[in-house]
Amino acid sequence: MERHKPAALIIGAGIAGIQAALDIADAGYPVYLVEREPSVGGRMSQLDKTFPTLDCSSCILTPKMVDVGRHPNIELMTYCEAVSVEKEGDTFRVQVRKKPRYVDVDKCTGCGECAAACRMKGRVISDFDEGIAKRSAIYVPFPQAVPLKFTIDPNSCLMLTRGKCGKGPLCQEACTADAIDFEQQEKFVDLDVAAIIVATGYDLIDPRTKPEFAYGIYPEVMTGIEFERLSSASGPTMGDITIDGKKPKDVVFIKCVGSRDSHTGVPYCSRFCCMYTAKHAHLVRDKVPDANITVFYMDVRAFGKGYEEFYDRVKQEQVMYRRGEPSEIYRRNGRVVVLAEDTLLGQPIEVEADMVVLATAAVPRADAAETAALVGLEMSPDGFFQEAHPKLRPVDTEVDGVFMAGCCQGPKDIPDTVAQAKAAASSALGVLARREKQLEQMDREDGIEDKSND
Amino acid sequence: MKTKAMTEQLELFGCIQCGKCTGGCPVARKTVLNIRSMIYNMLVEPELDVKAHEELWDCTCCFTCVERCPKDVRPADLIIELRGQLVESGRIPETIGAALMGTFRQGNPSGMAREDRAAWVNGTEVKAAQEGCELLYYVGCTPAYDLRVHTVTRALARAFTAAGLDFGTLGTEESCCGNEIKRMGEAGLFEMLVEENSELFRSVGASRLVTTSPHCFNTIKNEYGLDGIEVLHYTQLVAALIEQGQLELSNEVNKKITYHDPCFLGKQNHVFDEPRAIIQAIPGVELVEMDRNRERSLCCEGGGGRMWAEGTNLEERLAFQRVHEAAETGAEILAVACPFCLLTLEDAVKVQGLDEQIQVMDIMELVNLSLGEE
Repeated sequence: MERHKPAALIIGAGIAGIQAALDIADAGYPVYLVEREPSVGGRMSQLDKTFPTLDCSSCILTPKMVDVGRHPNIELMTYCEAVSVEKEGDTFRVQVRKKPRYVDVDKCTGCGECAAACRMKGRVISDFDEGIAKRSAIYVPFPQAVPLKFTIDPNSCLMLTRGKCGKGPLCQEACTADAIDFEQQEKFVDLDVAAIIVATGYDLIDPRTKPEFAYGIYPEVMTGIEFERLSSASGPTMGDITIDGKKPKDVVFIKCVGSRDSHTGVPYCSRFCCMYTAKHAHLVRDKVPDANITVFYMDVRAFGKGYEEFYDRVKQEQVMYRRGEPSEIYRRNGRVVVLAEDTLLGQPIEVEADMVVLATAAVPRADAAETAALVGLEMSPDGFFQEAHPKLRPVDTEVDGVFMAGCCQGPKDIPDTVAQAKAAASSALGVLARREKQLEQMDREDGIEDKSND
Repeated sequence: MKTKAMTEQLELFGCIQCGKCTGGCPVARKTVLNIRSMIYNMLVEPELDVKAHEELWDCTCCFTCVERCPKDVRPADLIIELRGQLVESGRIPETIGAALMGTFRQGNPSGMAREDRAAWVNGTEVKAAQEGCELLYYVGCTPAYDLRVHTVTRALARAFTAAGLDFGTLGTEESCCGNEIKRMGEAGLFEMLVEENSELFRSVGASRLVTTSPHCFNTIKNEYGLDGIEVLHYTQLVAALIEQGQLELSNEVNKKITYHDPCFLGKQNHVFDEPRAIIQAIPGVELVEMDRNRERSLCCEGGGGRMWAEGTNLEERLAFQRVHEAAETGAEILAVACPFCLLTLEDAVKVQGLDEQIQVMDIMELVNLSLGEE
């Protein structure tokens, strides 16, 4: 890297972090892209199709993931976390913790023999698949992972939790590249950067905070993100929408679960649920043509480009939109029953279902406060990061040189996230360019000639 | 009745008409009561003909609507206020009138003689709280007068004695807590009761007050403002006594038991675990859950003054549905922790012909069995 090129740090490698990294790197500045999961991709990599165009999410995301993986100006730091940030003048001194993967990434070929051999195979809940599938203790979260390097989950690996795995770790026996390394320790790396973009994303509310919907009690009741994994062609059912191996006949969607709700502390609208629910309804119609599909709604917010048109289309596909927020789910004669008032009829109704999908509220990351403290961000009352001005400085923060993008600032869909990522990248580039000029100036004053263009 | 003042007072403007209240209302499924639509009427109509809404007396004040409203609107409070309008104009069911009169004259809604209020004691050793005590046992009207509930009150007195507690009752000086009175719409009488009772409670000097009924517990805990006195439902106290080893349940009760969460204890006060802890502490018991439990428990229709008002649609009583749900679990005993639930569900078991199959018992009756012979 050239001496005068100041670098940017991006925290979080979902679609926001990926897009910002690519824009900055393409402009010629170095980027450290830090991601705490073993792979880049974030939420978008979990999704099946995307509204309103129905592009396959991983088909449009994977090329970008590959690009960040091999871009000469991007240093990908997966399974890593920024642990301290100190500002000295215009420079941020950042310490990054590299968590041990217990796999030597330089040797690992990503062949997967280790996972196939693992004694815990099929016994560890896959977070990526939202608990509807199981994996091994040594794993890649999904087949398109970048980097395609295996990681040992320290919480479920027998060797790491008990110090013993039968007569010897089977992964080690299976690995022909000799990449397994149980002695690996965490490492700390110090970085100097001139700009930081925070793109840490969002969590989804635990639907158990709405006990009336009996999530976790009835297997028929699932969340929207679980439905994404169920519907995804690369998911555990290869895209078959089934419950217990059977195609559902009656499918009910419930919107605003936990959002717009004073009880859960989520007063705001989660913004993307209306559209993904319309998309889910479409996917059910597509894959289970004779299903009875009911969407319970309080309001339908189809505000983006092509969104209202998509909502129109889904309704034409004989998806029954009924106005009323369901109040309860219970079981009667073996089937789950959704209790609601159809407010347009003015009558309480009961809808039997084989599958109920809850559009759960997007909430700030559980550790958002720690991230805020790390970088020096303010938080708005909803718990998301506070922008410097709600209208005129939407990606700036109170800290000069720190920007943010995506859902860590508030719930938003993919187009808005990407737009914000590009805005954050553009703002960061301004800082980097100014810093570069300063450095050149200082060098000139010191009588050092710039030879980087020789 | 003009709607504007009440709409402002109850902040109904926050309602987004989502229908979560009516959707979850247990009586809306069987009568014309529609609280969501009533709120809308209040918002858009300058006047409401309250007396045309006979279904106002159907509400059991289970507060499912209040618990679930995403905008903190408190729909049931509107019903209580509208009942208040009816009370003021004297257009109320005869039985409600009698309950209010009984409370005014004799200190209980059943109009029983005040001098008989302590008759349940029947030889059990109970100190007069007026002599001073650490724990004030507030018995409540139905537990004090209804013969069916006397086994519960006596079991409680016995358990407190067995645990070595310094407890007393107010005897014939005890008056109605007013929980049901308030929900019948008689705010004035309720305030009077709160005032008189609070003074009496404080004069005893007890640091804790325990009630038989979740209804009394609810109002005394949440609506009295008794600073310095800890208010408990008996299930909370008894569960703690068992856990701390002060109450030993030694006799086996070899029964399969299911538990019905009372609305005023569960939904409204979130006491879900303690009743179950007591049941499970009884040796030999197998606790099974009904499908609808805890926050989703089905109201027995005994609250909100409904013990003194039949409401419309007598045929489809929620208690009937509930006892069938209990029987479906295969339980031999349907345990309750509320005198109203005890009465409504026991009656439903008989009417539905389930008495060979399932028996309704208060948790204290089970505890009493487990404590063994006196």
